Amino acid sequence: MPSAASSIVSFYRSSIGKKLVVAITGLGLVAFLFGHMAGNLKVYAGPDKINSYAAWLHSMPALLWAARLGLLACFFGHIVTTVLLVKQNRAARGEVGYAYNATVQASRASRTMIWSGIIILCFVIYHLMHYTMCIGNEYESASYIDAAGRHDVYKMLVDGFSWFPASAFYIVSMALLCWHLSHGFASCFQTLGLRGERSWPLIKAAGYGVAAVIFIGNCSIPISIMAGWVSY
Amino acid sequence: MNLTLKVWRQGGPNHKGKIETYPAEDIPEEASFLEMLDIVNERIITDGGEPIAFDHDCREGICGACSLTINGVPHGRESAITTCQLHMRKFRDGDTIWVEPFRARAFPVLRDLVVDRSAFDRIIEAGGYISARTGSAVDANATPVPKADADEAFEAAACIGCGACVAACKNASAMLFVSAKVKHLGNFPQGQPEAKRRVLAMVRQMDEEGFGNCTNQYECEAVCPKEITAEFIADLNRGYAKASLEETLG
Repeated sequence: MPSAASSIVSFYRSSIGKKLVVAITGLGLVAFLFGHMAGNLKVYAGPDKINSYAAWLHSMPALLWAARLGLLACFFGHIVTTVLLVKQNRAARGEVGYAYNATVQASRASRTMIWSGIIILCFVIYHLMHYTMCIGNEYESASYIDAAGRHDVYKMLVDGFSWFPASAFYIVSMALLCWHLSHGFASCFQTLGLRGERSWPLIKAAGYGVAAVIFIGNCSIPISIMAGWVSY
Repeated sequence: MNLTLKVWRQGGPNHKGKIETYPAEDIPEEASFLEMLDIVNERIITDGGEPIAFDHDCREGICGACSLTINGVPHGRESAITTCQLHMRKFRDGDTIWVEPFRARAFPVLRDLVVDRSAFDRIIEAGGYISARTGSAVDANATPVPKADADEAFEAAACIGCGACVAACKNASAMLFVSAKVKHLGNFPQGQPEAKRRVLAMVRQMDEEGFGNCTNQYECEAVCPKEITAEFIADLNRGYAKASLEETLG
């Protein structure tokens, strides 16, 4: 009987083990997307609501960091494992490919997951530098403290998305993220073995639904700011 | 019919192959694809050339011997048939047809269009069996099997192990094949004693043979001559996860 540690190692080394890691971390990232979007939509409730929400999050540093570390683990687990899978898959195809290539039913989204993923990764790095680490801007300065002495997230959002290139990159990245989800969401259920003949059409529809909700919800913010509907 | 064939020619496993062009003239449209190749081969032999090597056996869609990737699709564009069941009437006069071997690192080319699919045999050897007492036959109704389970197992057992799933997969994954075998044995009470060991051993052998990983694009089920569903892959994933967990905790 192999030891528990060697079983875990051989599980991760196996094809299905790695696929399961990608699926579970993927669902973790989708859960984060919903939480993050719900928080950001508070921008429509006005400066007080979103600033107090941000202050509330920062009032629990232990919990916030636990969530951040969990998110980071999902993020890197998803990316590193995917890269390993892609490497194996390219090797499995062999040196000589087909001279005549054809696809019967694989969706375009499913065939470009690595590319949509790489662009989303670039976006996430930019997004973190932009709003979380505030590199190259003054969002951490005294002018971003509201009347109640809290970090003025509302003003930061409005100023951040008032710059057209930032909004444009955000919208393009969201489009790619949803393109990624249109294949990825249902794929998670397939990989976890949670599909049946009757539930499969519903799971696929839910995947498109999740992608659409994330896209519309998130993109509405830069669009509203650019249009001047959200301002200070 | 008059056609042009673009065929992969390769002298042996370590030879460098290339696509060569052959005319296929006066082909009766009622000929099967393999019969068309027979006609072309006879002419090549008459002209003193080496005939195109390809796999075939029963020529009625049940043995899994014939292969060929035709215009980029294993067994051709028609659904739910093998190459031997594909007829020339499905092509148009004047067509150019690309004929290539089933490509995958785990299926090395032996010669021309013939590939070595013994990796599948080794996966079966790893766990694709049940332990049954031999000798006098057990009464047929001694072990009750629910009808729905038997039907599903039968659908999985329809897999002829031709390898089209691997050839069509962008990642050369053998998961449709493995899932069908695991399903067909695991759905019966008789397959239970080895169920956990079977799924672990077959997946490990599959990985060892150098097949890729399923990315849920379902090209495999689209080309499968026996219409094996990718739903079985979901069952395989779940079964493997469960068996791995039990092994870890066990």
